[in-house]
Amino acid sequence: MIEYKNVTKKYNGNIGIEDVSVRIEKGEFVFLVGPSGAGKSTFVKLLLKLMDADAGEIFFNGYDVTKLQSIDIPRHRRSMGIVFQDFSLLPKKTVFENVAFAMEIIQMPRKAVKRQVPQMLDLVGISAEAHKYPAQISIGEQQRVALARAIVNNPSVLIADEPTGNLDPETGWEIMRLLEQINRRGTTVLMVTHSKEIVNAMSKRVIAIRDGHLVRDERSGMYHPEDDSTEADQNEELFEI
Amino acid sequence: MNSRLVVSFRQSLRQIGRNMAMTIASLFSITAILLILGFFFIIVVNINNISESVKENFDVVEVNLLDQTDEADTGVLMDEFRRMTGVLNVTFQSKDEALENWKDQWGDNADLLERIKARGDNPLPNAIIIEVEQLSDAESVVQKAENMDGVEKINYAQDTVNKLLKITSFIQMGALILIGFLLIISVVVVSNTVKLTVLAREKEITIMKYVGATNWFIRGPFLMEGIVIGVIAAILSSGLIAGIYHYIVQNFGVDFMLIMSIGFVSEKHLLINLAIIFVALGASIGACGSIISMRRFLDR
Repeated sequence: MIEYKNVTKKYNGNIGIEDVSVRIEKGEFVFLVGPSGAGKSTFVKLLLKLMDADAGEIFFNGYDVTKLQSIDIPRHRRSMGIVFQDFSLLPKKTVFENVAFAMEIIQMPRKAVKRQVPQMLDLVGISAEAHKYPAQISIGEQQRVALARAIVNNPSVLIADEPTGNLDPETGWEIMRLLEQINRRGTTVLMVTHSKEIVNAMSKRVIAIRDGHLVRDERSGMYHPEDDSTEADQNEELFEI
Repeated sequence: MNSRLVVSFRQSLRQIGRNMAMTIASLFSITAILLILGFFFIIVVNINNISESVKENFDVVEVNLLDQTDEADTGVLMDEFRRMTGVLNVTFQSKDEALENWKDQWGDNADLLERIKARGDNPLPNAIIIEVEQLSDAESVVQKAENMDGVEKINYAQDTVNKLLKITSFIQMGALILIGFLLIISVVVVSNTVKLTVLAREKEITIMKYVGATNWFIRGPFLMEGIVIGVIAAILSSGLIAGIYHYIVQNFGVDFMLIMSIGFVSEKHLLINLAIIFVALGASIGACGSIISMRRFLDR
């Protein structure tokens, strides 16, 4: 369902990614690993059409993303759910409103919002906190809200940028169990991560990028030492918000 | 009415409520600019009024008569004027008619003149109004009239008229240029103020974009916010201008009338137009400001 064919993206001569070809099938669970600045961010941004590729084709559900007209971009993005490392919840909206927001902005009927949002909150296990504000709940719960928001519109792909990066290990694992559950419902999951423990324990497909090149693609892959960045740039986020 | 507009409007109201400080800041800046614009507008309109009336009176010589000049003498004078070359029409204007004319020109403020009438000591003179074909005829008529008996004063001042017209057109030009500048400044000020609101909600906009909201959907509430702020500012400044203009007319109407021999433009007429212009202007300033301030966030 996602296929990169010889995709290259450079920034003023610096390599973002170069000649990357990869195919991800529907329903897969994929870890995207690699040091900071290796091109993970470029990889994902190209898929979301947040930037244009210099060369190559990116197929998504049968169409070429690189040839999308700007009028079709919103529809394209609606088929993807995104979880940010910093959760990116709106502080002035309640948990319920934050999730409903994702439906409101694609103009779903209120009826559908009232039906689906509670279902999602229930799925991620935070129904009890529906009317609290993000500041009133724990970090783990905030990430669950972000997850509920990402899947409330039934995307075919869930892109998670370091969803466990800001969480303690135990809470991180709860989120991973949720991601697995979502994946079992048929949603393709693409997770960017630096967590060796999670990658090794989950034993899922691992795609490694270094210096803009795809260096490893393994079924049931493991985390390699060279996938690590220095401490300092680990906090760098995929999406600037 | 589809749900999109409703959502947009609901969001913009919520937004205005939640960003009260920012909204009030924008409101004040647009109101202040509209106030300044309003003053220039009033000045220009009044100057137009003056120069129109000056132009209208350009081909008219008004011969004021001494109070002791009786009807028979007046008739003789009028016949004499009628015989002069270039004279189109000669009419008599009594003191009472003169006062009535003033009242017409004063419009809403005519009641000020009622007091004079009520006292019964109308200071205006009886006059002969001579319409001439062209400027040169007026000059010869003036020269001859100066030597006639029973004539108190001749109201015809070509030099003054020309100077006045020159000054008024200069002021008009200046005011129009200033209005243009103010409009540009106001759009910049508003776009910067709305940009603060946009920046405060940058995160929200990014999320909207990532989730797949269309650009017009994202713009909607901000546009609405800009327009609502602009219209509120328009109403505020219209009200303020109305009050101030009313005050000026009430307190300086008579002095102005005495100096310019024409009153201020009628309040009702001027303020209705001003309000309409302001609402249109406020809404456009708000809309332009919003769109400009959002460009950077929506280019992708």
